[in-house]
Amino acid sequence: MLSIKNLHASIQDKEILKGINLEVKAGEVHAIMGPNGSGKSTLSNVLAGREEYEVTEGSVDFEGADLLDLAPEDRAKEGLFLAFQYPVEIPGVSNINFLKTAINEKREYHKQEPATAKEFLGMVKEKSALVELDSKLASRSVNEGFSGGEKKRNEIFQMAMLEPKLSILDETDSGLDIDALRIVANGVNKLKSENNATVVITHYQRLLDYIVPDFVHVLYNGKIVKSGTKELALELEEKGYDWIKEEVNA
Amino acid sequence: MAYTEDDLEKELENQEYKYGFTTDIESDKIPVGINEDVVRLISSKKNEPQWMLDYRLKAFAVWKDMVEPEWAHVNYPKVKFQELSYYSAPKAQGEKKWEDIDPEMKATMDKLGISMDEQKALSGVAVDFVFDSVSVKTSFQDKLGDLGIIFCSFSEAVQNHPELVKKYMGTIVPTTDNFYAALNSAVFSDGSFCYIPKGVRCPMELSTYFRINEANTGQFERTLVVADEDSYVSYLEGCTAPARDENQLHAAIVELIAMDGAEIKYSTVQNWYPGDEDGKGGIYNFVTKRGICHNNAKISWTQVETGSAVTWKYPSCILKGDNSIGEFYSVAVTNNHQQADTGTKMIHLGKNTKSTIISKGISAGYSNNSYRGLVQINKNASNARNFTQCDSLLMGDQCGAHTFPYIEAKNSTAKIEHEATTSKIGEDQIFYCNQRGINTEKAINLIVNGYCKEVLNKLPMEFAVEAQKLLEISLEGSVG
Ligand SMILES: Nc1ncnc2c1ncn2[C@@H]1O[C@H](COP(=O)(O)OP(=O)(O)OP(=O)(O)O)[C@@H](O)[C@H]1O
Ligand SMILES: [Mg+2]
Repeated sequence: MLSIKNLHASIQDKEILKGINLEVKAGEVHAIMGPNGSGKSTLSNVLAGREEYEVTEGSVDFEGADLLDLAPEDRAKEGLFLAFQYPVEIPGVSNINFLKTAINEKREYHKQEPATAKEFLGMVKEKSALVELDSKLASRSVNEGFSGGEKKRNEIFQMAMLEPKLSILDETDSGLDIDALRIVANGVNKLKSENNATVVITHYQRLLDYIVPDFVHVLYNGKIVKSGTKELALELEEKGYDWIKEEVNA
Repeated sequence: MAYTEDDLEKELENQEYKYGFTTDIESDKIPVGINEDVVRLISSKKNEPQWMLDYRLKAFAVWKDMVEPEWAHVNYPKVKFQELSYYSAPKAQGEKKWEDIDPEMKATMDKLGISMDEQKALSGVAVDFVFDSVSVKTSFQDKLGDLGIIFCSFSEAVQNHPELVKKYMGTIVPTTDNFYAALNSAVFSDGSFCYIPKGVRCPMELSTYFRINEANTGQFERTLVVADEDSYVSYLEGCTAPARDENQLHAAIVELIAMDGAEIKYSTVQNWYPGDEDGKGGIYNFVTKRGICHNNAKISWTQVETGSAVTWKYPSCILKGDNSIGEFYSVAVTNNHQQADTGTKMIHLGKNTKSTIISKGISAGYSNNSYRGLVQINKNASNARNFTQCDSLLMGDQCGAHTFPYIEAKNSTAKIEHEATTSKIGEDQIFYCNQRGINTEKAINLIVNGYCKEVLNKLPMEFAVEAQKLLEISLEGSVG
């Protein structure tokens, strides 16, 4: 589904990603961990197409297409979803209207009829139940005045509505209380299928108890320096990153 | 909300100023220039009584000695007042029956989306259509008449209700008020008049549609709305003009009178021709709008200003009565080389008076957008309150946004709150939309509409849809 080869990217002439290689297949869950500032959010932003980042080398194949060649909105319509580490507020634009626009843009792109009001409201009901999102939040302005946890939950609600092929969750667990963490994780699990894939970026092993990864990668200083199975996450939880840094710097 | 961003998408094909066409109709236009004889000629063409002529002549005498104001934050070649024609009327008006209206004129109304056919008018909006200098047709007059509501052209009001016109005209905006008001008072050609009797809630929206067609004419209309005690009326005003290379002058007066316990909602969607991309042509829109509130009365001004090359306009409220309320909700969009200097004055005279000002300015291209407001709390206005929120949104870095808020409080019990923000449309917001599959142009429409929502929500439904479309069209191409 996703194949990243030797990806280098910089911002303001400062290289942040220094040769990333990653293969994600349909049906898989990958976890990316790593110290603050190692480039995890940069990687997700580059994949989503944020213009400020300049890709200087490497390639990304997404479902047979050259991802880096697509406009950000087309990447989304092709099925790439990013749950933002810091979701953005859009005052005055209701969540519902925002999502309706997004869904119909995607449908138009795939030459499908726009969703009828009934169809759409049916989806809202079903998907908001999935993440137990308060129905009042659905009609409020996009993320405006939402608490940190509500914003994260709203991201997963949007993901559920848009039914992406590949979802990247950038620290979706941070700011969630214990119950919310379980609810959101269950939501993600319910959306999992043979045909889609998930990349979760997290600092905490706790999330991975719920969303069990097939692979765990450690990103450090712009490179994936170690990959393993879920046991690696446990090891990191216990020992921190120093031993990895030492391995790399040795 | 029945109107959604979806409704707008359908309209996306037609992005240019779509009201830029001209109507080929024979007109009775007087030669250019202004002097006392021209004032007399206009008055005689309208078959006016002596008192009306006297009013005009007095205004003209005042105007002659006035100078054009220059304090506004706008810059434009001076209007050559002797090169304008001050009166133009489509010929052969006849009896003003629908059947007698020139087919060209009917086609124009159609193109503008104005329905005069009372059977077909779904929205139940009574319309007075003012084309160049005269009112062409007013609908629903009989139905409104049953309730004692008078809704007609200003000329008809002068003929048929002279006592009301004489009593109220010029009481809120006197002939001496300012340069453009004096000019209007001398040469105004038509406009709308409305009177709502005591205790009557007007059952439909009343609306005036102003259209400038002739080249080199000025349009000077006036509107007078009198809401008697405990009555209610919602009034709408729309404006368009053909795309012409030269600048055209529009100098109007609107006077609102809300008696004890009355409420007037006055909404404007101003879409005069803004000029082309390089700033050539467009309407100079110099308008004086003011209302007075007696005890427990309320006036709300809502405006969406997207058109005109230069706008100079400050719809104001004199809160004379105790417990009266004044509101001003405004969206002003400027793009390309447009300039707008707009805002409001809230004059608190009565006790417990309240005013709210919400102004949203959006500047794009090379335009300049200024908010200018005055909140004045007078000595006897104890417990007066004002809330002002004044937001500017900048698109690009060649445009300007300015705010000039003036506060004069002469009573220590006054509570005045002022909030102002200036923001740029956020890259983060656009990227967030992009990531959900929404392209940048649509993202901007969403964000701008969201930004203006507080004001758009104040408009009657039919107008809100129109206003959203206008915002979109005005900002077309403003982001690279
Ligand atoms: N817009 C920017 N301008 C300058 N430097 C940036 C910018 N964005 C990111 N960086 C730098 O790139 C590096 C990687 O940042 P990134 O946000 O990808 O880290 P992260 O792995 O997501 O960290 P965290 O765990 O704290 O979320 C950091 O050193 C950061 O300061
Ligand atoms: Mg991060």
